Amino acid sequence: MKIIVCIKQVPDTTEVKINPTTGTLIREGVPSIINPDDKSGLEAALVLKEQQGAHVTVLSMGPPQADLALREALAMGADQAILLSDRAFGGADTWATSSTLAAAIRKLEWDLIICGRQAIDGDTAQVGPQIAEHLKVPHVSYVSELQVREKAIEVKRKFEDGWQRLRVQFPCLITTLKDMNQARYMSMAGIYDAYKQEVKVWGLADIDVDQANIGLKGSPTRVKASYTKGTRSAGKVYEVDPRDGARIIVESLKEKFII
Amino acid sequence: MDFQLSREHQLLATTLKDFAENEVRPLARETDEKEAFPVSSVEKMARFGMMGIPFPKDFGGAGGDNLGYIMAVEALSKVCGTTGVILSAHTSLCAAPIYEFGTDEQKRRFLPDLAAGRKIGAFGLTEPNAGTDAAGQQTAAVLSGDKYILTGSKIFITNAGYADVYIVFAMTDRSKGTRGISAFIVEKGMPGFSIGKKEEKMGIRGSSTCELIFENVEVPVSNLLGREGGGFGLAMKTLDGGRIGIGAQALGLAQGAIDETVKYVKERKQFGKTIGSFQNTQFQLADMQARTDAARLLVYRAACLKDAKQPYSTEAAMAKLFASETAMAVTTMAVQLHGGYGYTREYPVERMMRDAKITEIYEGTSEVQKMVISAAVLK
Repeated sequence: MKIIVCIKQVPDTTEVKINPTTGTLIREGVPSIINPDDKSGLEAALVLKEQQGAHVTVLSMGPPQADLALREALAMGADQAILLSDRAFGGADTWATSSTLAAAIRKLEWDLIICGRQAIDGDTAQVGPQIAEHLKVPHVSYVSELQVREKAIEVKRKFEDGWQRLRVQFPCLITTLKDMNQARYMSMAGIYDAYKQEVKVWGLADIDVDQANIGLKGSPTRVKASYTKGTRSAGKVYEVDPRDGARIIVESLKEKFII
Repeated sequence: MDFQLSREHQLLATTLKDFAENEVRPLARETDEKEAFPVSSVEKMARFGMMGIPFPKDFGGAGGDNLGYIMAVEALSKVCGTTGVILSAHTSLCAAPIYEFGTDEQKRRFLPDLAAGRKIGAFGLTEPNAGTDAAGQQTAAVLSGDKYILTGSKIFITNAGYADVYIVFAMTDRSKGTRGISAFIVEKGMPGFSIGKKEEKMGIRGSSTCELIFENVEVPVSNLLGREGGGFGLAMKTLDGGRIGIGAQALGLAQGAIDETVKYVKERKQFGKTIGSFQNTQFQLADMQARTDAARLLVYRAACLKDAKQPYSTEAAMAKLFASETAMAVTTMAVQLHGGYGYTREYPVERMMRDAKITEIYEGTSEVQKMVISAAVLK
C-alpha cells in the first residue's frame, strides 16, 4: 500500500501574540509546526506502515523553510519527502494550492491520500476535497477512525451531532481530525537521520500543471477586507441556584424574542 | 568556534521539550512526594529511543552523540530532577563503560537491551568506607575456575532495584591498591545478589538509591569488564563521562527554576506592581540566567569534546563543578524570589532546590572536581 500524506507548515497559533496597537498577528519568532490535523493524518499513515508495511510519502507546498516540517515527518518515520516550492506557486488560494498538489500527486504512485481536515492558519477545509476532485477520486472528510481492509478503507466520519461509517475503495482521499490519535514524537534515531535523507524539491518545471491555475494569478479568491471581530461587552454573572438560573435564562431569551 | 546547535540538535531540542512538558512534568510532584520511581516515564523514554542516544545503531542505539544525550538529561531535569538522573546513571555509568571498555561479545550481549530501555543500568563503586577514597574498597572478587566469587556491599546506588545490569567494582588483589580493583557486569537475578536498604533522601526522591549486597555471587569470567586490575582507571574514565551527565542535570534544574520564577514574577503583585517590575527581581534574574548560560557552555563543551574523541576529563570536572554550584545558587534564589510561596510545595522551586544539592555531591563532590581541575592547572 502506498500512502501520500499532505502536510502544511503553519505558525503555532498557541504561541502567536497580537500587537496591541495594530491588532495584527506578530509572526516573528513564532515557532512553525506541522498543522495538527495533518500531523494526526501522518500518525494514522505511520500506524498503517507498522501494521501492514505501507510506504509513506509526505508532500508539502510552501517556501523553502517548510523543509523543516518535512524533516520532522521523516524523523517520525515517513519514507520519502517532497517539497513543492517555486515562486510561481506563491500567493495561492485553495484552488491554486489543490491544483498544484494534485499535479504533483499525478507523478506519484498511490492508493490513499491523507490530508488534515483544515489548517489552523486558514481554517478553510477545502484543499483536501479539492485535490480529490482534481484527481477524480472519492473522498471522505472528517475521519476520526480508520481501518484498511484489502483494497478499501473503512472510516468513521464525525459530525458535530453524529457520525457515519463508510467504506471507500482505493484509490481515494480522506481528511483527518486532530483528535483521532496522539501523534508520536520524532524518534531519537529518526532525528539523527532526518538530515541524512533527501527532501526532493519540485518546482514548476517538475510538474505538469496549467499555469492559469497556480499561484496568485491562478487564485480566484479575492480578499475584500479583513478585520478583527469587535469584542462584546462582558456578560452578567448571577450567583443563584440552578432553578433561578433557568428562570433568568428563559426570561432573557424571551426579552430578546429568541423564544 | 560556532555556538549554533546543528539542525539535528535543534530538532532534538524541540522534541525533547515537548516530551518533558507533556509526559514528565505532570508526574514530577508525585514522583517526589511519594518517592515513586517513574516507571511509566522510563517506558515512554525507551519507546522514544532516549535510553541509548549516543550509541551506534548496530548496538540498538539511536546513532546519536553525547551532546544529544546530555540535552535529553537537561530537558528532563528542567521539569524533574529524578527523571534526569535515572537517564544519566543508566547511560553514562552503565551503557557507556560497556560500550567503551567491553569486548565485542559483551557489547552484543548487553548493549541492545540497555539502549532500547528493555533493561536499565546502574553503577556500584561507593561503599560505606570508600566514597571519594575509591581505593578503600572492601568488596572482593576471588577467581575460582571460570568464575569470580564476589562478596561485599555497595551503598547509595542510583537505579538500584529497578536496574537489570550493574557495573560493580571489587578488589581482585588487595596488595596492589587501586591497581587491584576490577570491574564486573553483575546481572539482576544472579544467586547471592540482593538489594538492601533504600535511602530516604532530601531530593531526587523518586530515584531509587539502595544498598547492593553480594553474598558469594558467582560472576562468570566473561562478565569481567576491561582487564583484571583495570577497574580503577575504568571507574575514573566512566565518572568523567558521568560528570557531564550530572552537569546537564544541574543545568536543567537551574533553567527549570528560572523558567518557573519568570512565570511567577510576571503574575505576583506587591505594592500594586508585578514583582518582575522591581529592579531587585530583574537583577537577580539577570544573574541567574547569565550563570546558567555559562554553565550550559561548559557542559556542552565537555560533551562536544567527548564526541570529538578529545581529552575531556578536566573540562567535565569544570562543567560539573560550575553547573552544580550554579544549580544550588539559582534554585535558592528562585525560592527567595517566590517568597513564602516558594517554601511551599504548591510551587516546584523548593523541590528543585532540594534536588540541586545532590549534584554538588554525587559522581565526585565539588571538592573532588577541584582536585581534578587544579591537578591539570598545576601540571
